[in-house]
Amino acid sequence: MSRRRKTANWLLVLGVLHGIVICAGFFAPYNPVEQDRKNPYLPPMRLHFMDSRKHLHLRPFVYPFQLRPGTFDQYMEDAAHPRSLKFLIAGDRYRMLGFLPARLHLFGTDNERIYLLGTDAFGRDQLSRILFGGQISLLAGLLGAGLTLLIGWCIGAVAGYFGGWSDDVLMRVAELFLALPWLYLLFAIRAFLPLTVNPLQAFFLIVAVIAAVGWARPARLVRGIVLSAKERDFVRAARGFGASNLYLLRRHILPEVSSVLLTQAAILIPQYVLAEMTLSFLGLGVPEPVPSWGNLLSNLQQYSVLVSYWWMYLSALVMVPFFLGYLGLASALQERPAAYKIERRSLGSLA
Amino acid sequence: MRNYPAIVARCRILFRLFLGFSALFCHPAFAHAQQNNSNEELLTLPGEVGHFGGRLVVSLRGEPKTLNPIIAADARSREVIGVMQADLIHINRATQLTEPALAKSWKISPDGLTYTLVLRKGLKFSDGQPMDADDVLFSFHVYLDENTHAPQRDLLIVGGKPIVVRKVDAQTVVFQMAKPYGAGERLFDGLAILPRHLLEQPFQEGKLAQIGSLSAAANQWAGLGPFRLREYVAGQRLVLERNPYYWKSDSTGNLLPYLDELVFLFVPNADAQVLKFQSGETDLISQLGAENFSVLSRRQDGYTVTDAGPGLEYNFLFFNLNDLGEKASADLQRKQKWFREVKFRQAVSAAADRDAIVRLVYQGRGAAIWGLVTPGNKRWGDTNLPHPARSLDRARALLKEAGFSWTTGPNGESTLQDSGGKPVEFSILTSSSNADRAKMAAILQDDLQQLGMRAQVVPLEFRSLLDRVTQTKEYDACVMGIASYDADPNSDINVWLSSGGTHLWNPSQTHPATPWEAEIDHLIEDQMSARTFDQRKKLYGRAQEILAEYQPLIFLASPDILAGAKNSVGNFHPAVLEPYVLWNVEQLYLKNGRENAAQ
Repeated sequence: MSRRRKTANWLLVLGVLHGIVICAGFFAPYNPVEQDRKNPYLPPMRLHFMDSRKHLHLRPFVYPFQLRPGTFDQYMEDAAHPRSLKFLIAGDRYRMLGFLPARLHLFGTDNERIYLLGTDAFGRDQLSRILFGGQISLLAGLLGAGLTLLIGWCIGAVAGYFGGWSDDVLMRVAELFLALPWLYLLFAIRAFLPLTVNPLQAFFLIVAVIAAVGWARPARLVRGIVLSAKERDFVRAARGFGASNLYLLRRHILPEVSSVLLTQAAILIPQYVLAEMTLSFLGLGVPEPVPSWGNLLSNLQQYSVLVSYWWMYLSALVMVPFFLGYLGLASALQERPAAYKIERRSLGSLA
Repeated sequence: MRNYPAIVARCRILFRLFLGFSALFCHPAFAHAQQNNSNEELLTLPGEVGHFGGRLVVSLRGEPKTLNPIIAADARSREVIGVMQADLIHINRATQLTEPALAKSWKISPDGLTYTLVLRKGLKFSDGQPMDADDVLFSFHVYLDENTHAPQRDLLIVGGKPIVVRKVDAQTVVFQMAKPYGAGERLFDGLAILPRHLLEQPFQEGKLAQIGSLSAAANQWAGLGPFRLREYVAGQRLVLERNPYYWKSDSTGNLLPYLDELVFLFVPNADAQVLKFQSGETDLISQLGAENFSVLSRRQDGYTVTDAGPGLEYNFLFFNLNDLGEKASADLQRKQKWFREVKFRQAVSAAADRDAIVRLVYQGRGAAIWGLVTPGNKRWGDTNLPHPARSLDRARALLKEAGFSWTTGPNGESTLQDSGGKPVEFSILTSSSNADRAKMAAILQDDLQQLGMRAQVVPLEFRSLLDRVTQTKEYDACVMGIASYDADPNSDINVWLSSGGTHLWNPSQTHPATPWEAEIDHLIEDQMSARTFDQRKKLYGRAQEILAEYQPLIFLASPDILAGAKNSVGNFHPAVLEPYVLWNVEQLYLKNGRENAAQ
């Protein structure tokens, strides 16, 4: 498979996954914060096509669960009352892409609720929480990585191009940041912030914090490339013809950085999603009841949840395709021979 | 050099074997046959007769700070001290009534001011030194001395004056009070009698607080409890051994306790305690959470878990009602206007889904509460206390009466606003280490959302939470819990009285801030000196009704006491009072013990 094809395939996979999360309101059957207090820790309902009399149904259906008498969290399937799935059904209100009011859901049932991935301690639908939680976690990853790369790009370019004392200062600062134990730094930063932050503030705080901590590595990479690029013959030639610093940077040097930045982005985004999850897992992220993947996983801190309710692990599994997608993309991008490109262009200029 | 530890270990084994043989000959059962004939007055306990021998291992939430009851403030130290010390009159944790302990009998004068206690004869401390009225005098002298700062001192000031203790003879002590004391002889529960022969000198030198450290040699400390110190391994365990001079016997006359050793393992985390219990490393477990209880009850191999019923812990929500004057931020002052509105608090209480809390937080192993006295308290609950069901309509009506109104946002969600048009938003603090209370807060948050209030749950580390609530007073609302140590109203006196330190919504007031707080103060002070149970109960019931009307604390739920033990542990009867499982430690025995004392 060609390099380009590989990259396109991975981009397609990621596009589909992100599309699902962006349109979480449509794919999720319920409001992620709504509590169904009669059904805590309900196991996932299985989709059936065949009923107890071996009749085949085209429309999938589920059997609801009934609490086993005298227990709190032991349920049994009630085969007498199947609930069939309805597609493209009107349900809870949500806002598509954050602003378009909508009520249409991919699936649902008429009156009773169905839980394809079970419920949590408050009877909230896990499927809806995972989908909506993805919005927070992925957006934090994307924004955080974008911000980091922007900072890294600027600092790296300045340090590499101008060199001298500015290079020394910026790179020593970068090394200082690399040496910092970032998790504890995050703890410290979070501890200084006000006691109550609303979910939106908390979200932007996390993004700002993880971006501010991670810029050092991309900055060093960018600096290295700028450093080697500015000594190339075609750059020298351009300077000889009287090109300004800004022109040189824009036209000749920074384009060389683009492939490194793309690869870095593909590596950093999943890393930053993980950073958001770590923070939320430790209770420093977006506050309850707003879901994020880290929030969902923090339920697993309790031993009883760990050994009793296997479906609470699903929020950990759901990250796997996203991470695979990003890492696959990163490796496909890395195969682009960046160094060769420079070589070829400089050879071309000789010819 | 390498072999050295092995040699030592072997020597130790030999030494233990030797000890074992010698123990066979001087076993308590034999020793006791003689003691029984002496003129000691043993306290005979009813109940199942057990076997002698063996070691019982329990886990403790962390290292106890001290063995010294005068300075012990943490729960872990008190738990250990509980099995090493004894009191004059004791509250039976199962019946919640008083029973004779070191004092074999007592008399209260008709005016309720004079208590005459008669001690048992032949009592000895765990180091073999005799104990008599002088030790009692010394102990109370220490507790009442202002320079020792003993936490027990407040209890011993009745009617503004310290109790006067007099010795009549070696066996008789008289306690003189300035005012009658409602709880009566319950006062003496938990007041350990200290060894004068060890403590008198340090006391006079003012060094009492330095005594009783765990690392001190075992012979530097003595008590009257069923166990005494054997070994302390920092960070790991505390080993106690049987006190051969203990003063209780079983119904066949065998000298208690049955166990040879009691080991406390330091396990800081509740989940780790469950794992240790499940793997058989510990024999008992207490203070189980409902979720861990159901994990353990699902597969009970070799152990049994027990639900002892509702305990005395009450969990509640409260708002910041402190009068901070100019110190409060404008934001807090605005919020406090809502919080001070009785109807606002009543509306919050009406909206709280207590049944859901019991079901979702305690998995049904708890009780919804509307007052400070939990269903676990058998005698003091007020039967007239209303138990209104959850009603959002009533909550809305109350808010409307108080001048609140609703606006509808663009998404169709309604927002509550005050008369000034400001949306009602506040934060609820919870302790980050307590998963139960965090869950309660999450349920309340959702309940209040349905009234259009926007509440945010803020988990905080417990110390900083306590600092905010009692010191800086910078908070809006908080979910907390308190466990009474005794069923008697006096154990919660600091919550009731406006001058009390745990009068959480507005602690340590110099004058009652509101008329109803003043009325509660009167009722509580009156019941303290009332003479009969009925009088006291009537006064106390009225105080509960006032609290329920004004809702400074919005009571939510009380968890059951859940505990477990290996099937090999005999006489295991968890109680709803602290210490939940070790209250009858002298009667606990291992069914596979060495020898059947009953034969």
